[in-house]
Amino acid sequence: MGKKAYLILEDGSVFEGESFGYEGENLGEVVFNTSLSGYQEVLTDPSYCGQIVTMTYPMIGNYGVNPEDIESSKVQVAGFAVKEYAKRHSNFRSSSSLGDYLKEYRIPAIEGIDTRKLTLHIRDKGALKGGIFFSTEGAAERLKAHPSMNGLDLASKVSTGYVYNFGDHSKDKPLIAVMDFGVKTNILRLLDSHGFSVRVYPGSMSFAEVLKDGVKGVFLSNGPGDPGAVQCAPALVADIVKSQIPCFGICLGHQLLGIGLGAKTYKLKFGHRGGNQPVKNLLTDKVEITSQNHGFAVDMDSFKKVKDLEMTHLNLNDNTVEGFRHKKLPIFCVQYHPEAAPGPHDSEYLFRQFREMVK
Amino acid sequence: MPKRTDIKKIMIIGSGPIVIGQACEFDYSGSQACKALKEEGYTVVLINSNPATIMTDPDLADRTYIEPITPAAVEKILEIEKPDAILPTVGGQTALNTALALYNNGVLDRMKIELIGANIEAIKKAEDRELFKEAMLKIGIDLPRSGFASTIDEALVLLEDIKLPLIIRPAFTLGGTGGNFVYNKEDFVDLVRKGLDESPISQVLLEESIAGWKEYELEVMRDKADNVVIICSIENLDPMGIHTGDSITVAPQQTLTDAEYQNMRDMSINIIREIGVDTGGSNIQFAVNPDTGRVIVIEMNPRVSRSSALASKATGFPIAKIAAKLAVGYTLDELNNDITRETPASFEPTIDYVVVKVPRWNFEKIQGADTRLGPQMKSVGETMAIGRTFKESLQKAMRSLEIDRYGLGSDANLKLEGMIHRQPLFQQRDLLENGLRTPHDLRIFYVKLALKLGWSVDRIFELTKIDRWFLWQIEELVDAEKTFVEDVRMNGLTVSNVLKMKKLGYSDRQLGYLTDAENLSRIYEKGSDSQKEYSTAVKNREKTIRDFRNANSIKPGYRLVDTCAGEFEAYTPYFYSAYDDCDEARKTDTKKVMILGGGPNRIGQGIEFDYCCCHASFALKELGIESIMVNSNPETVSTDYDTSDKLFFEPLTLEDILHIYEREKPEAVIVQFGGQTPLKLSRQLLENGVNIAGTSPDSIDRAEDRERFSDVVKKLGLNQPENGIAFSQEDALRVAGQIGYPVLARPSYVLGGRAMCIIYDQESLIEYIKTAVELTPEHPVLIDKFLEDAAEIDVDAICDGKDVYIGAIMRHIEQAGIHSGDSACVIPPLGIKEEIIEEITRQTAALALELNVIGLINIQFALKNDVVYVLEVNPRASRTVPFVSKAKGIPLAKIALKVMLGAKLKDFGLSDRFETPYISVKEAVLPFNKFPGVDVVLSPEMKSTGEVMGIARDFGEAFYKSALAAGDCLPLEGSIFVSLNERSRSDLAPDLLMMYKEGFKFLATGGTAEFLRSNGMECSTVNKVSEGRPNILDLLKNNEIDMIFNTPRGKAPKSDSNLIRQVALRYKIPIITTGSAIKAAVEGIIRMKNCSITVRALQDYHAEVKQHLLKK
Repeated sequence: MGKKAYLILEDGSVFEGESFGYEGENLGEVVFNTSLSGYQEVLTDPSYCGQIVTMTYPMIGNYGVNPEDIESSKVQVAGFAVKEYAKRHSNFRSSSSLGDYLKEYRIPAIEGIDTRKLTLHIRDKGALKGGIFFSTEGAAERLKAHPSMNGLDLASKVSTGYVYNFGDHSKDKPLIAVMDFGVKTNILRLLDSHGFSVRVYPGSMSFAEVLKDGVKGVFLSNGPGDPGAVQCAPALVADIVKSQIPCFGICLGHQLLGIGLGAKTYKLKFGHRGGNQPVKNLLTDKVEITSQNHGFAVDMDSFKKVKDLEMTHLNLNDNTVEGFRHKKLPIFCVQYHPEAAPGPHDSEYLFRQFREMVK
Repeated sequence: MPKRTDIKKIMIIGSGPIVIGQACEFDYSGSQACKALKEEGYTVVLINSNPATIMTDPDLADRTYIEPITPAAVEKILEIEKPDAILPTVGGQTALNTALALYNNGVLDRMKIELIGANIEAIKKAEDRELFKEAMLKIGIDLPRSGFASTIDEALVLLEDIKLPLIIRPAFTLGGTGGNFVYNKEDFVDLVRKGLDESPISQVLLEESIAGWKEYELEVMRDKADNVVIICSIENLDPMGIHTGDSITVAPQQTLTDAEYQNMRDMSINIIREIGVDTGGSNIQFAVNPDTGRVIVIEMNPRVSRSSALASKATGFPIAKIAAKLAVGYTLDELNNDITRETPASFEPTIDYVVVKVPRWNFEKIQGADTRLGPQMKSVGETMAIGRTFKESLQKAMRSLEIDRYGLGSDANLKLEGMIHRQPLFQQRDLLENGLRTPHDLRIFYVKLALKLGWSVDRIFELTKIDRWFLWQIEELVDAEKTFVEDVRMNGLTVSNVLKMKKLGYSDRQLGYLTDAENLSRIYEKGSDSQKEYSTAVKNREKTIRDFRNANSIKPGYRLVDTCAGEFEAYTPYFYSAYDDCDEARKTDTKKVMILGGGPNRIGQGIEFDYCCCHASFALKELGIESIMVNSNPETVSTDYDTSDKLFFEPLTLEDILHIYEREKPEAVIVQFGGQTPLKLSRQLLENGVNIAGTSPDSIDRAEDRERFSDVVKKLGLNQPENGIAFSQEDALRVAGQIGYPVLARPSYVLGGRAMCIIYDQESLIEYIKTAVELTPEHPVLIDKFLEDAAEIDVDAICDGKDVYIGAIMRHIEQAGIHSGDSACVIPPLGIKEEIIEEITRQTAALALELNVIGLINIQFALKNDVVYVLEVNPRASRTVPFVSKAKGIPLAKIALKVMLGAKLKDFGLSDRFETPYISVKEAVLPFNKFPGVDVVLSPEMKSTGEVMGIARDFGEAFYKSALAAGDCLPLEGSIFVSLNERSRSDLAPDLLMMYKEGFKFLATGGTAEFLRSNGMECSTVNKVSEGRPNILDLLKNNEIDMIFNTPRGKAPKSDSNLIRQVALRYKIPIITTGSAIKAAVEGIIRMKNCSITVRALQDYHAEVKQHLLKK
């Protein structure tokens, strides 16, 4: 039996359970993810930096972890909360248990809590600050002192500090720049497999420097935190516009393009996190089942006022902006995750689209 | 794209009678489709031969044809109704095959009728294994090595390549009929021949054996804009090699990573596109090699299925309803998710609980049936449980099965455990090993027991190939029990230790047992004399736990099934219990009534009772009373979240029901409609303060307790066959001796005639007591005089305490002694004199009033030499309620419900008992073809799984149609093999003579041949099996015989007769085994000799009844 642990929220709610990860406290924004599988990808997704993730699916750890299904080089979440941790795992690829994996990366995790109650609480109150503690004492003060997600620039924390090449580079694969705000590895894998020579740059790097490498396209990555707090973004977008080179953005990248091109972003009550969100492609009228992970969104009203932009994708659940393109420039982006991992592969065509755009 | 306006009228083809492999899940899908299309303004024409369905209620479709589902009958309906389209995807394989036949014979083209939901190309591609294989290879999807053969020689060539072991599957059959594993060459040829024979197109598939692989299913939907969504993934606990209908299955999948799952999802999408299912749902099955992850596709059903019903109930996404709307042109994003109201149907449900489905078998009803499980489905029903974790769901599912288990073992049911413990150690090991290695109905209990005895997960895995993940989960239960027992020993019951166990799904019965196991085992081991002491002790322990929980407020809360894991607010009140921290069931203060359903289908308790429960709910709606449905059967209409105001998907045990009762506080509980399941609980419910609506549990007891009932009969001065009760073997012999053989013996309190037997002599009685029943002072055996050759009459009536309304008097076609569920019956009761009818009416009223019945009552009478005997009284809804309602156009169940809640019969404006100007015949459908080797003779033990109805102007046609609908196409010419016992000969002589004059050829052996000739009928004498070749079996196999009339001797002859019935079954030769049924068949055949069947809508029949009554 694990050590007694508590998930405590800033509004004073306490969920008592048992630890199955690293036995150290940690704080973050508490969010829920509704994917039925894919916990390892979620844990290693840099966009979850600063967040304690609870899975709505109650049995987690069933298939262990493996060396392949990772979205970055480490576990990124601040903490993990589940209904029941499967102590023994079974899968032909698994190399370790989830509990050991979390311990290795010093991430606290709690099991045995009523995750549905927690989810309904977040749905009603919105995403809240919270922490995994091993004693209830002093938790309130520590939560109070913890910064809220609004106005938090976490992207710079998870971005690469140096330029590096990913995958196979060759002459017939045009070079593109990935501006890294917390990029998921599967985006890099897909760019590579779609025929790009991929070079990853720190998100804050001057675009003039990037252009010197002769890149033929630019990709703005996903990432954590408040898009409005990413200081370097407006200038970067302005430079991209000026350069007129093809640009594709995903998630935070989509939000940064929105802001840079004149729209606003806002924080959703509790965000979209899961693998079942219906999005309509307004150009084809087809519905895609998408993987999503975002707490902020491009504001519809402000977006509509920007005359050079055209909405291409709409969320059918809550009618939020899921994607847009520039009417004159080769710029397009989506809020959701066409790279999936975890989630359905319905939207991989966007990578093909980008490849066709880059000469 | 909105719905299509170029089509106005749509025909839905139902699935016909309930058979193994095709059960009431198609009533659920068909009813949903009817409602969905009507809601969109289409005129719906329905054909289904099964009267027990909700879908054939006259107000569900616009035009309802209860007719045999044959291409010829459907063609006739098409000619009358001229629909624009047919939706063939909600009626199982039967509907698909019928649509295919109508296409193949050119009817669809000629009448310009379109198939919607699935086109011919798609059906062929999915169903024809060769085309399917081709399609899969084209899109790069892996399959098992396989090939097709239409002859034995072709099969032998393929064998070289595929190698043994392999599996043989006949093409185009239900429920994997005829599918077999082959391990040696000798069996190979036999099984190929059998497979060719089973297949309507004489083709078999030979396939690499992938037994032991992991098995998965995905439920996929596609709309005409090519949007594809996956509704649910299902993982089978039992590995490949066991039919998925016979497997314990779990939703969602548990042991695949997202990458592996998404790969399977991609494959499913590619498959539905390649097969070309334009709109609607499909089920795709995969196998995964547990060591390498190699994924292969097993099969695809281009229609809704048993699994899609399960997926609908598991997720809250109504697949059949949406499929029907997609078929008329909507796209997924144009349809709303009913549950969240605001979000569209174009999404993939996500769930925050675990669903476990467990099949329900009924081997005990079919003597001699092989209980091993394999590729041919054998279960007759299933139950589903929802819990927050796998362990909780699994335990709930086990107690939902109603096989006297209150969880996965440790539940005071020591039958298996006791049996194993009594063996010496080395035999224990063998027993367990065999019980684990060979799949059978109780294997999961062996797994638990082996773990409890310390066997390793690895060892059990090697024997069962059940994924270790599931085994570890069960091991955690074993560990939790040890910890709990230890903790209780140290600290007594505490909130913490009890709550922990409740979260793991333990029932009070289990906790009671675990905390007193040694003592209870000691009582149990004392043997059969201590049974009463044991059951009292067990119940007391259970009560101790319950009292402790009540004192400490440990009770479950109810969670919502909401399709979205809580992301959006949900409106549909569909609940399951969990020991979590909150309760989401909305409090309502309106007047409410709770209906207890029937649980998993089984022989003797099936869809008929679900029909009644649904009607109870509809009636409550009419009364403006909130309806609360409790049931655990995922196949049914009653567990559609649309049916009642609140649905609790819960096991039907005392504990689970009381929790809901205490939470909801309904005014009354309905126990009359769900069959024996709720009825058995009524006394205990009453003791716990539950208000039972209608007939009191004491009245029920008076009717069911033989001694008390005999007093009732005596008091009223009615006749009962002489009878007695035996508490021991000596008793039994004495009683039987007194009343004289033949006798009818049976255990007290049974449904569907379990272990009921006609016994002709003392020797057989001794054998019966030794083998068929447990005869103890607590389990006495009832012995009745058996009335040979008596006519049996069934009555369904309603009593309000003052007046009695006769719904219908039915005459059985088989004589008394054949279980009423297995015998055909007819309305009006043909051949019964008016004064007898009046006498029966009088006796029915007297019995109903004496028993103070409030609600439904069913009485079985026997008629011999113009004397009426009361056989049995059931103060509850009977199996015939839907048949009667449809035959006569009276909503019996609804009226009964209202009466139970206080309405008076006189307020319904019912006319006096009347007879219809047409004839309705109900015929039973038997599952013998799934149980090779079992004798097909009818007996007092019910064996049928379903029923059909034939309606016509005259009896001959009605009977002929009912036989046709049941799958027996009675020949209108040809050769009949006749083998009659002495008793039936003279009675049948005139009927046989008629057949003879109509040109039928007779074949017979010895005695019967003589009898025929002496009555002026020529016949050829055939060799008995022992008399040299060619014998009767050869003739059967060479298709030289078109029908068999065979009345067996009283004592089942184990010789020729049995073999003949076996072969007839295999070669689908109609065989009739009772004199009265032979008479009926003769009447049908002669009537139909020179004309084809007529079809007519139920609505027209009912209108005729109204007219008829007006005239009166």
